[in-house]
Amino acid sequence: MSSLIPLLVLLPLLGAAVALTQAKRPRVQVLISVTVLSAVLVLGIALLVYVDASGTIAVELGGWDAPFGIVLVVDRLAALLLVVSAAVLLAVLVFSVGQGLADGDKETPVSIYYPTYLILAAGVFNAFLAGDLFNLYVSFEILLVASFVLITVGGTELRIRAGTVYIVVSLVSSALFLAAIAMIYGATGTVNIAQLSVRLAELPSDTQLTLHVMLLVAFGIKAAVFPLSFWLPDSYPMAPAPVTAVFAGLLTKIGVYAIMRTEMTIFAGDDLNIAILVVAALTMIVGILGAVAQSDIKRLLSFTLVSHIGYMLFGIGLGTAAGLSAAIYYIVHHITVQTTLFLATGLVERQGGTTGINRLGGMLKANPFVGILFFIPLLNLGGIPPFSGFLGKLALFEAGAQEGSELAWVLIGSGALVSLLTLYALIRAWSLTFWRHTDEVAGYENPLPANDTMGESIEVKTARSIPRIMVGATVAMVALSVTLTVLAAPLFDLSTRAGDNITGPGYYVTTVFPGGSE
Amino acid sequence: MSASLTLVVVMAVLYAVGVFMLLERSMTRVLLGFLLVGNATNLLILIVSGRPGVAPFFGDEGTFADPLPQAFILTSIVITFGVSAFLMALIYRSWRLANADVVHDDSEDIEVGRRTAAIAMERAVAGDDTEFGTRAAAAVADALDLAEQERKEDEASVNEQLRMQASHTESDGAEHDTTEEGK
Repeated sequence: MSSLIPLLVLLPLLGAAVALTQAKRPRVQVLISVTVLSAVLVLGIALLVYVDASGTIAVELGGWDAPFGIVLVVDRLAALLLVVSAAVLLAVLVFSVGQGLADGDKETPVSIYYPTYLILAAGVFNAFLAGDLFNLYVSFEILLVASFVLITVGGTELRIRAGTVYIVVSLVSSALFLAAIAMIYGATGTVNIAQLSVRLAELPSDTQLTLHVMLLVAFGIKAAVFPLSFWLPDSYPMAPAPVTAVFAGLLTKIGVYAIMRTEMTIFAGDDLNIAILVVAALTMIVGILGAVAQSDIKRLLSFTLVSHIGYMLFGIGLGTAAGLSAAIYYIVHHITVQTTLFLATGLVERQGGTTGINRLGGMLKANPFVGILFFIPLLNLGGIPPFSGFLGKLALFEAGAQEGSELAWVLIGSGALVSLLTLYALIRAWSLTFWRHTDEVAGYENPLPANDTMGESIEVKTARSIPRIMVGATVAMVALSVTLTVLAAPLFDLSTRAGDNITGPGYYVTTVFPGGSE
Repeated sequence: MSASLTLVVVMAVLYAVGVFMLLERSMTRVLLGFLLVGNATNLLILIVSGRPGVAPFFGDEGTFADPLPQAFILTSIVITFGVSAFLMALIYRSWRLANADVVHDDSEDIEVGRRTAAIAMERAVAGDDTEFGTRAAAAVADALDLAEQERKEDEASVNEQLRMQASHTESDGAEHDTTEEGK
């Protein structure tokens, strides 16, 4: 089984190479991409089953032993996230195929779209598997460079502007990460995560704190944690709908995953847990207040994305097994639901020609199915029972109540409030977009003087047909998000086991690098 | 561990200048800043790798330099190289599109700012019983440095639309009594 693990990264990379040679045949490129991602999905599911049954696998690449060579580690957490991301990447790929075919490749005009997408996938998978910090850095770079290309695809002025912000911020975070790695290497002489968890504990506590904060800041930028989240709502909404969907679903979660590994394995003490909890509360509240103020669905969703990162940090900051399990379940839920919402927004954009709430109306009449496809993940994200959003939040709140500190109760309170505000912001967007009659939009006094209401309302009336592939991909994602609810019990058991694995470094160290404690 | 002071000073200067340039609006300077910060980080890795001047894997026994940081530096140089190539393409594209390589403000942010200004104007007008109405409150918008000309054009176009839609919106008109209708 272990010899299959490198395939998870190799397949997308090779697929990208082959797809690049087929630049003039987009259909062949599509075929390659879909095949590769399906293969990774199947492989991921097989690995998940295997790892869940018989424990963590670590592969030492190139025949070098653990502290020197590159180690790929598949534990339950990595395998679970790998499966979910492969499924999401596949669904979004299918969606973008539909959009590309229908638009005559206007949105995805260039032959590099599918290869770049596969490289992004390789970076994502590699980040989950990385067993040492430098490999994690390299996988961040792989997925970042691919995301730079995807966010500026087409090269329009708006995208260049939005992309610039994203690129510069990402580069700064990468530089910070690399500097942190340099310092950690200087202090301990290793970058292997398992060995680090042993050696860092032997350092003086102030050195530990410096290194810890540097890593957290670098990952915090990627995860869009509150004071470092300013770039996200600026840059994500401008990209093509499928690109935004996959960025929103996956890229920030990789930051969260890195924070989780850092907190649980490398710096196993709880010296920064209080800071993380405070930041989690601020991320939730500030993010959702931003969402309430927005008049564009994509921007609104980007702000809810920032806000819900706070829930995951809440689970991590608690530091208990229950908190981690809840956070893992929440990550899985949020990857699926946020992507689904962005895909549904893509359908809205396609139907209505815009994502401005003030310029849309009558969508329920024009296309009731899209209305339903938007409504289900909306309720899910807002935390309405019995959806997985409710279950995830409930598990987080239970874990918080178990921990029982005052700060945990503050977080439970703000979590509940943010959940209601999410529902408010999304329901407002939904009812204005879908429920309102078009006549009301035409007569609607636009509070933004710059908008030419006339031009947009004409566009609203000319409904475009939506390709079936796009709808099909969105339906698949909605179905997946509902499956998370239906299969909540086994899934939650799985994330509990995954959470138990990573609570405290002991299990990780003994399975990945048994000699690490010497 | 001993480190060369020269290297530390050079690294510090590179970091300082790099961060300063990263904060500029001009994309070309951002690129230069990124290169400087990247090189500073490479120097940092070199500094932490221990005493300089020894070859890696030299001889069977005795001292040799740690080869791992050198591998890190090589990897990071390659990444920096690729990213700067992409950034240069981006700058060129930005230059072709806008004839400038500066980063502009976000249009949605400006709209939010405008809306805030419009609400403030409405509030000011609500308590205003002078004959000037909206125009008297225009100073509020000016205070936020919004283009006066653009606002006038917008008002003109909105008024025109209102006239055209008057028949449709008679029932709603009372609800949405805003500044433009007040004129």
